[in-house]
Amino acid sequence: MSKNTEFVKFDKVDKSYDGKVLVVKDLNLNISEGEFITMLGPSGSGKTTCLMMLAGFETPTNGEIYLDSNPISNIPPHKRGIGMVFQNYALFPHMTVYENLAFPLRVRKVQKDEIDKKVDKALSMVSLSGFESRMPAQLSGGQQQRVAVARALVFDPAVVLMDEPLGALDKNLRESMQYEIKHIHENIGVTVVYVTHDQGEALTMSNRIAVFNDGKVQQLSSPDKLYEEPVNSFVAEFIGENNTFGGEVTDISKDVCKVKLQNGEILANPVSVTSKGDKTTVSIRPERALINPKDKMDNNQTGKIEEVIYHGDHTRVRLDLLGNKEFILKVPNSSNELDLKLGNEIKVGWNSQDARALDPK
Amino acid sequence: MSSETKQILTTDGIPLEISLKKAERKNKIKAFLLVAPLLLFLIITYIFPIGEMFTRSIDDKMITNMLPKTFKSMETWDGKELPSEEVFASFLSDFKILVEKKEHGKLAQRLNKEKNGFNTITKKLFRQVKRNKIDETQSIKEQIMKVHKRWRNVEYWQAIKRTAPPYTSAKYLKAMDMYLNEDNKITQVSEDRRIHRILWLRTVEVAFFVTVFCFLMGYPIAHLLATLPMKYSNLLMICVLLPFWTSLLVRTASWMILLQQQGVVNDFFVMIGLVADDNRPEMMYNKVGTYVAMTQILLPFMVLPLYSVMKTISPSLMRAGKSLGGTPFVAFWKVYFPLTIPGIGAGCLLVFILAIGYYITPALVGGASGTLISNQIAYHMKTTLDWSFASAMGLMLLGGVLVIYWLYNKLVGVDNIKLG
Repeated sequence: MSKNTEFVKFDKVDKSYDGKVLVVKDLNLNISEGEFITMLGPSGSGKTTCLMMLAGFETPTNGEIYLDSNPISNIPPHKRGIGMVFQNYALFPHMTVYENLAFPLRVRKVQKDEIDKKVDKALSMVSLSGFESRMPAQLSGGQQQRVAVARALVFDPAVVLMDEPLGALDKNLRESMQYEIKHIHENIGVTVVYVTHDQGEALTMSNRIAVFNDGKVQQLSSPDKLYEEPVNSFVAEFIGENNTFGGEVTDISKDVCKVKLQNGEILANPVSVTSKGDKTTVSIRPERALINPKDKMDNNQTGKIEEVIYHGDHTRVRLDLLGNKEFILKVPNSSNELDLKLGNEIKVGWNSQDARALDPK
Repeated sequence: MSSETKQILTTDGIPLEISLKKAERKNKIKAFLLVAPLLLFLIITYIFPIGEMFTRSIDDKMITNMLPKTFKSMETWDGKELPSEEVFASFLSDFKILVEKKEHGKLAQRLNKEKNGFNTITKKLFRQVKRNKIDETQSIKEQIMKVHKRWRNVEYWQAIKRTAPPYTSAKYLKAMDMYLNEDNKITQVSEDRRIHRILWLRTVEVAFFVTVFCFLMGYPIAHLLATLPMKYSNLLMICVLLPFWTSLLVRTASWMILLQQQGVVNDFFVMIGLVADDNRPEMMYNKVGTYVAMTQILLPFMVLPLYSVMKTISPSLMRAGKSLGGTPFVAFWKVYFPLTIPGIGAGCLLVFILAIGYYITPALVGGASGTLISNQIAYHMKTTLDWSFASAMGLMLLGGVLVIYWLYNKLVGVDNIKLG
């Protein structure tokens, strides 16, 4: 069965609130059926606006949004059949859990016994069976969240939107809810558009992630690709930790380039540089730089330990390396033979493949 | 739990409960001292005057004190035939004391209220007493009966007996157009004299409709206030509150300017050809004027509680309602409206209670068909000086408000009121 890869389609969508600033600029985004896609970005990057346009609470200033090949700009929210989970759950405080879940079915004039069945199913899906007669205020935050998810799913919408739904939960609960939502998605195969500013959340849950910044999608790819192969320095910076060097390309071939730094020279992977003389920011993930590497590596440098922070499963080491005093290394807890003392000089090596020469900051 | 539960002690060995009480006593005293001025103020300005009003409204001691011996001797009288010589004698001796104190006029007035005709016969008796015409060695009964034929009528003596108790419900009955007749039965006054009941009904009617109008107009305003961006909502809020900053008299007067027959509104109607120039509708000195002016004046009391409740309703609830498939109307009716009920309750209760006792506006723009019970109270306070009657009506008004409050509590629940 081939899935519709353009189930939701943003086509050249612009959005401006005041006629002066574009909050969303020329957004083109295809979401396939059954996909879990996350819009990730700092606050003010336009991701929530995109969601609101899809839900129908905002209209695009320009462009069109298609749902299953139908333009939806002129369809009011209540006719779009899109489920939505809100940031603060938005459970109706004067209705019981049952009435909350029955609301979307009642407005659709579903038969009473059918409603009972569906509500039952939705509640058992979020493991809240038996809570039908509770009021939302009598539930804990996590339970309210689950009710909100169940309510958004109970009427079998084609798409479910989630607007930072876990933002108000504490860390442990948030993590377990992440898995729960992911499993629900896997079980029922609904298309989910998820908005968050928490990269950890985005990485664990999504099929694909769209990183937003400044009203634009900076990169749209799977979590692993996003982390391993960021296409620009914003994504590299925003997702995970990242060591950077600013420099200039002095030599370039197909898959390696030489970058001259302030004091030194390194080999890097030319991602967004094309010719000699280009300014660039080289990005290296902390876990890709090894201390005293056993294998031969393209780049070998010596750095001075500036700070050591114990993190339990790993130790973070801050080095002064090639003039960058913020060079971070992650040392796994198993390698205890290392002598990590302040002021010690240690050897650090990494492959040119992992040093990605991106656009200058 | 059994009573054998071990008492918990603090580390110093004092029982925990005692220790806690001690620690909290200071706070309690502090809290009490903080509210003490208000409590005192309330007692002096509220509870005490209401008590005073109540005693005044049922007080009938004046006459009891005027005719102590008469009432004493009347105790054994069955009230069917003319009283005995003894009653006449004690009445005369009471009357003589009153004449000496020059209080016989008050007696005549009070008795005349009980039964018409007392004025004349008391005056006649006074003249006889003044001239010392009554010989106390003879039968006093015979002599008094000769003063005027009405003194021979048993009904007048019955009337005197009816005034004996120091307390009376007459004022309350009067406020409902009823009185106690000769047989101590509650009777309605004749139809052409029933004015109070009309006023009560009109008061409730006006208060009800003013509340309804305030609600119909205030709800959208409050909604707008709660949803508009700050800079617009502040401006609108000022517009809502503006009437508060103007004197009530000025506001009412401006309504008079607008609503009178040669006023702005009528001019406008004539100009657009809605009414003929010689057929301008009367919009003042009747109920219309009262409705219009009172609605405008009481509107903020509806808007503010509604606003404070609507402010707390997250806009995402309406969105949720719509995204779940409810039309805007369904989302409003099923989600938004039920959540504003506490505000509606508070606003309506506030407006109704204020409207039911409203005084200045109906007095100025109400005319004859637009005056309310409060105007009647004021009339008796200032013009007839029948304070006990005014007190009785005031208390009935207060009682009515309490009944409404009780009903509201039964229907909606006072916990559901939210003023902000």
